[in-house]
Amino acid sequence: MAIWIEEDAKVLVQGITGKQGMFHADKMVEYGTNIVGGCTPGKGGQTVDLQGKPFPVWDSMTAAITETDADATVIYVPPPFAGEAIMEAADAFDSVKGEGVIVCITEGIPTLDMVKAVAYVNNRPGVRLIGPNCPGIITPGETGGAKIGIMPGHIHAKGRIGIVSKSGTLTYEAVAQTMSIDEGQSTCIGIGGDPVNGTGFIECLAAFQNDPQTEAIIMIGEIGGNAEQEAAAWAATNVTKPIVGFVAGATAPPGKRMGHAGAIISGGKGTAEEKFEAFREAGIACAMDPSELGKVLLESLKTAGLR
Amino acid sequence: MNIHEYQGKMLLRAAGVPVLEGVHCTTVDQALNAYDNLGSKVVAVKSQIHAGGRGKGTVMNPSSRATVMEGGVKIAFSKEEVNTYATNILGNLLVTIQTGDEGKIVSNLYIEAGCDIAHEYYLALLVDRDNKSVLIMASTEGGMDIEEVAEHTPELIHKVVVDGNVGLLGFQKRDLGMALGLKGGALKSFGKLLSSMYTMFCAEDCAMVEINPLVRTGADEMVALDAKISFDENAEFRHKNWDDLRDLSEEEDTEIRAKETGLSYVKLDGNIGCLVNGAGLAMATMDVIKLYGGEPANFLDVGGGADEEQVKTAFSIILEDPNVKGILVNIFGGIMRCDIIARGVIAATEALSLQVPLVVRLAGTNVDEGKAILAASTLNIHPADDLAEGAQKIVALIGGEE
Repeated sequence: MAIWIEEDAKVLVQGITGKQGMFHADKMVEYGTNIVGGCTPGKGGQTVDLQGKPFPVWDSMTAAITETDADATVIYVPPPFAGEAIMEAADAFDSVKGEGVIVCITEGIPTLDMVKAVAYVNNRPGVRLIGPNCPGIITPGETGGAKIGIMPGHIHAKGRIGIVSKSGTLTYEAVAQTMSIDEGQSTCIGIGGDPVNGTGFIECLAAFQNDPQTEAIIMIGEIGGNAEQEAAAWAATNVTKPIVGFVAGATAPPGKRMGHAGAIISGGKGTAEEKFEAFREAGIACAMDPSELGKVLLESLKTAGLR
Repeated sequence: MNIHEYQGKMLLRAAGVPVLEGVHCTTVDQALNAYDNLGSKVVAVKSQIHAGGRGKGTVMNPSSRATVMEGGVKIAFSKEEVNTYATNILGNLLVTIQTGDEGKIVSNLYIEAGCDIAHEYYLALLVDRDNKSVLIMASTEGGMDIEEVAEHTPELIHKVVVDGNVGLLGFQKRDLGMALGLKGGALKSFGKLLSSMYTMFCAEDCAMVEINPLVRTGADEMVALDAKISFDENAEFRHKNWDDLRDLSEEEDTEIRAKETGLSYVKLDGNIGCLVNGAGLAMATMDVIKLYGGEPANFLDVGGGADEEQVKTAFSIILEDPNVKGILVNIFGGIMRCDIIARGVIAATEALSLQVPLVVRLAGTNVDEGKAILAASTLNIHPADDLAEGAQKIVALIGGEE
């Protein structure tokens, strides 16, 4: 078990004929992800070579899902078209099989496009959106596994730590920290750094809590909004597994967007200090330095009798 | 991206939102002509800068910092007063609660006709992260600092969340208007204004529209007396007109150039430059520098796919800041390979004949090759295995120069 994405999940790639889509599709096949083809409107019927093997391309997501019974799709479509790509995938999953996972990697989608896309996805209860502006989701296997996104596959190993983070490279940092204490990961999810996104911290925490493979959780937030505070409050009463947390941006000045569109302290709200405080109140063990996540996790595992 | 009040009012007027007659000026003569042309006995002389708190700000001489006048928004009752206020403001520094001590030079004025005010309200449209939708906020406490109102009297702030599937509905406009105590003509006028404003918010890809104050006139018409508008920069590709609205003098020059080369840079006050891949890791790097006793000079995210050239540009941007006494490079190679970064770092330090200490921490894809390349170079590059070690090293290296 893992969350949402099993090791052998069947995955489509939207934008598979583009430079980014093709590059990462190749990397995913190399890792062992069960890629079943892709979708680029106007290029249906063509094939794309990944790791020396041909993969089919469809014109529409409905056709692609009908043909392949895909479980998930990953979107590498440029920002002007990404909102619609999400909605096309949501509609196709909903109408063909009533469920599916959409992972949107694209960075720079207009916020109001995401408002529309999220409302559209939320109208289709079987469909889950992860991202946008995120590294994706990975469920490492004994050999290979399902890597859906842009994360470097080779740093991961199958294990019992669930990781959820707003940031890409900080997720990799957290993965490396688990490996430094000989722990692997159940599933790692980047929920993305945009102000309006799909799956949030709470849904990830709930899924990790219910997943028998996951025994402890790392949660990494950043400045802006109050998703971390809400997640911490929720975890205090609903999560029994140990959680280790970090929040990036303690030194960020107010009113300045720190790379991610959502990473901004506005009106004095959404500071790292506020979030760390909420974490501590909820009994989450905090690392003040991401290079200490491993150490803090090890202590938490020991306290919980898991090491 | 922010725009000036006078530009915001142009957009509002075009969208059908009632605003007062006004003229944008850059000289005192223009301001005097504007007074004559407006035909209003009373006018407001308003400094145009991208910061709030203008009315309660202080106008200062930019070199001596002597106070020229209290208030960056003045009501003039005669042409002479327009002359005095415009002369005082133009070319001088306006320091407000939002500009920080350095203030901002005022190069633009807005001369606006007066109006008969019965009551001042607050109105804002913004994207609400919690509801993942557009939120409309209104209050009877107009003209005040809304954060204060939210803190002390939150019950006076009324909210409506627009459903992303259906848009703004009639009953939502009525409910919000009635919550403000509006009746009859004023309620109708408010509903019409709200529709126009919501349409404009979506059409122009706004991130926020704040009207403080929104006023009810003696004739029960709702009028936007101020306009603070910011755009969602992600939507820039579909708004060619934003180039004309952008006031580059309001933006940090290095930040603009960084953006043009695909880098995300924010200048800070410390002395340790940072070059990092990924926004979260870049913030964490700053935090850890501070944790070990240093002060970061900047936020810099080179993104996921930086090449040698971008690394070089990143170095040159960091080094333009004279405060920088040392640089910490922190790369977790995912898609980006550490050997490429290592070559980029070497090329950049050679090309720019780097004088300050440099600590490089590499991890991830091709890390061994990257480290080998750095070790083989004759340049004075200090390697680090993790972020904590990197931060401690750079703090120690510049320690003597504090």
